[in-house]
This record gives sequence, C-alpha cells and structure tokens, in this order.
Amino acid sequence: MRETNRVRAMPDAPLLSAESLTKFYGPRLGCADVSFDLHEGEVLAVVGESGSGKSTLLSLLSTELAPSRGAVRYRMRDGSVRDLNALTEAERRFLLRTDWGFVRQDAREGLRMGVSAGANVGERLMAVGDRHYGRIRATALDWLGRVEIEAARIDDTPQSFSGGMRQRLQIARNLVTRPRLVFMDEPTSGLDVSVQARLLDLIRGLVAELGLAVVIVTHDLAVARLLSHRIMVMRQGRVIETGLTDQVLDDPREAYTQLLVSSVLAA
Amino acid sequence: MTTASPLLTLETVSRTFTLHLRGGLRLPVVSGVSFSVLPGECVVLGGPSGAGKSSILKMVYGNYRCDGGRILLRDGAETVDVARAEPRRILRLRRDVMGYVSQFLRVIPRVPALDIVTEAARETGVAAEEARRRAERLLALLNVPERLWSLPPATFSGGEQQRVNIARGLAAERPVLLLDEPTASLDARNRAVVVDLVAEKKAQGVAVLGIFHDEDVRDAVADRIVDVTRFAGARAA
Repeated sequence: MRETNRVRAMPDAPLLSAESLTKFYGPRLGCADVSFDLHEGEVLAVVGESGSGKSTLLSLLSTELAPSRGAVRYRMRDGSVRDLNALTEAERRFLLRTDWGFVRQDAREGLRMGVSAGANVGERLMAVGDRHYGRIRATALDWLGRVEIEAARIDDTPQSFSGGMRQRLQIARNLVTRPRLVFMDEPTSGLDVSVQARLLDLIRGLVAELGLAVVIVTHDLAVARLLSHRIMVMRQGRVIETGLTDQVLDDPREAYTQLLVSSVLAA
Repeated sequence: MTTASPLLTLETVSRTFTLHLRGGLRLPVVSGVSFSVLPGECVVLGGPSGAGKSSILKMVYGNYRCDGGRILLRDGAETVDVARAEPRRILRLRRDVMGYVSQFLRVIPRVPALDIVTEAARETGVAAEEARRRAERLLALLNVPERLWSLPPATFSGGEQQRVNIARGLAAERPVLLLDEPTASLDARNRAVVVDLVAEKKAQGVAVLGIFHDEDVRDAVADRIVDVTRFAGARAA
C-alpha cells in the first residue's frame, strides 16, 4: 500500500495527458493529433485565431465532445489514471462538478442567471454533498470576498451584475470546490481593458495560490504571457509550435507564430 | 580538491535566426560558442553590438532556442542540458539555479515595487520576513526612494524602473546569475552600487555571466572576458 502511494505521489506523473487527440465534424477537421502533458500547478495557454481548433480541443479535454481518435487520460484524486472517454456518467459528473472548473467566455453559459450569486457558488458545494445551509452561505460569502464582490450582493442574481462581476462570480463558482484542473475559454475577452486587467490579476493570484493546473484558450498573446507557463500555437486544427511561453513569444520559430507575434501592437 | 568545477558550460553552441516574414532570410548569429563559468567567477561577454552576446545569454536562460551544441547547467548533483530540457525543467532551473537581469523591467502590472522584489526573494524559499528585509535593503542601496516602494513601477522613471529590476534580479539566491546590460544608462553612483552587489554575489560563490557596455563596470567585475566575435564563423556565408 505504502509503496503504491509513493509511486502515485511521483511529481512527474502528469495530471492530464492528451494523446493524438483528433476530431472531425463530418468531413471537416476540428483538430488533429494534439498531444501534451499537463502537471499540477502548470498553466498552458492554447493560442490561435478563430477556427484554429482551440475551442474544439477544450471541448475534447473537458469531455464535452468525444474524440474521433486519440485519448485523454486524467489522474483521479485516488491516484488512478483513467481514460476520460471510458468513465461512467457518475464519474464524469463528479469531475465536472468538483475536480474541474470551466470558466466560459460568456458568463451566461457558466452561471445560472436566474438564481442568486450566493446560490451560484453554493450550488457547487451542494453537489459535493454539503447540506449545511449556514456553512454553505459562509463559504459562498468568503468566496465572493475573494473575487471582490461585495457581501451585500449575495442575494442578487447575476442579471444585475456587470460583465466583469459576472466573470468573477463564475470564477468563485468554479473554484469553491477546490478543483485541481480548470479550463478557461477566453475568460477576459469582451471586457473593458481596465476590467480585464483586474480579472487577470485575480486569476493569476488564485492560480498561484491554489496551485491549479489550467488550460486557457485565448487569442490574446498578452493574456498568455501574463498567465501561462507554456504555450501551444494552433493553426488549422494542428499544433504548429509549442514551448515555454517566453520562448515562443520572444523567439517564435514558425512563420505563422512569427506573424502572430509581430502583429501584436506594443502598448 | 580546491579546483571547483564549472556551474555553467557551453559546448559548440550555435544559433541561426530564420526570419519568415523577410522571405525566410537566415541570419547566422553565433556558432561554436564554447566556454564555462566557475563558481565565484564573473565572465563577461565582449564584442560589438550585434555580435550575439545577448542571444547567448538568452539561450542559456532558455528564452531563445539553441540550434546546436550543449548548454550544461549544474543543478545540485545533476547536470542539465538547457538546450534540450523540457519547459518544466527549464522553469525549475529558473526558480532554483539561474537568475536573469536585463535592463528592462517586465513585471506583472499593478504590483508594488517592494512586493515585486520581495516575491523574487521568496521564489528561492527565503522566509517572508527575511525576503522583505532583503528587498528593502536592495531598494535602499539602489537609491529607489522609499516613498515609491508601495507603488507599482509602471509610473516610475526609466532609471527607477531599471533599479527595481536589478533589485528584483539580485534578491534571490541562485548559484548562477545572468546579467544583460543591467547598468546601461544608470548614473555613476548606481553603477558603483551594482558593481558592489555583483562582487557580493561572487564572494558568495555565484557564477556570473554578464554583458556590460560600460568599461568601468566591466573592468571592475570581470575575471575574464570572452570575445564573442570569434564565434561568428558562420556569418561569412
């Protein structure tokens, strides 16, 4: 038993592993042959233009889509490594509700717009089995504070929130269950620049503090530079370049990456 | 047994840039770069601008890729080839083994100067209180006015930003230190401070590899100058 635990605790075992992930939508290619490992505490940015396959990849990783070919393996909390497409529905729900977070570009897809901010956060706790109302509310309050939402807004619905507040609420809702892996799909786009900056600070702080593994899809190279350790550049469904974030951005190798990097306006 | 072995060794390192946006223009920058740096030694890269000094430093840090050769960095009992190491390994080397100071401050916006330097000290495991003391000492030595410490450096003057950056780069204790013209455009008083701080690092056994344009600084810190023009062999083509 002890021996097994030691092997399982090996820091070099990846948390998430994509192996030749490929998705066709009928004859059209979504993404092809994407392979990578992600470890705890690592932030991977997937960059590329719209249509590059980055959103398809995120859907494959988070089991929203089934791959046409390839596999995603994930190290569960008990240390066992599972093929995500072979999970039972109950196991899949456990991951989605507890061990994973998914921060969406459009907060309306990631939140329940008709229920209060407190309920949006508390709901995920109830999904893990917490039934104590006072405790749930206290935890929800704590998390609202951490994402800088006033306690007085706990009973308001996100309908009345600004775009930045909705994103922060979405983050609280996702992180309250202490997930190990968080997917983020363009979490800051569509927000005013100043709101975006505050949100990035918040995400950066929480990711480091909680040691989260993150796969973030973004078309914004500045966001990738600020948040990620590694970058994967996608084009036409394929990964064309990958490496340390500062290496890919400061010394891009591929023609397309050089074009992307040179197209960014320096502020 | 007093002969120390190098902390950093470059063996026939080469690099050519391919500029795809310029019709695939190939620029051979350096080839056959070989030298090593001992603990407590400061090696300065010499040669005119454009000779590839900065590219060599960036390859050592893993910021630029290396086309050929080996960049061997000692991490405790292990020796790692930066040119072939996984991104995660390079990040660990940056955390534990090598620091890099450039003349430009590139930091997370909106974080106060003192926190930037304190966090840098903490990266190598220095306790919070001690890290803060170190940060305060460095900022004071580098003449960053105390009233600025609680502000993010974005609004500081160029010189002040640069000195925050140096404080940040020197706050941590790592066995290898890469200095990419940290003193460019500093005044004489602050250049002298940097010279003292580099001497302090050397005395602690840190291996320093640097680029300094100011001759007075270079003469004060260098144990050896490696002329980079001799690695420009492939350029003739």
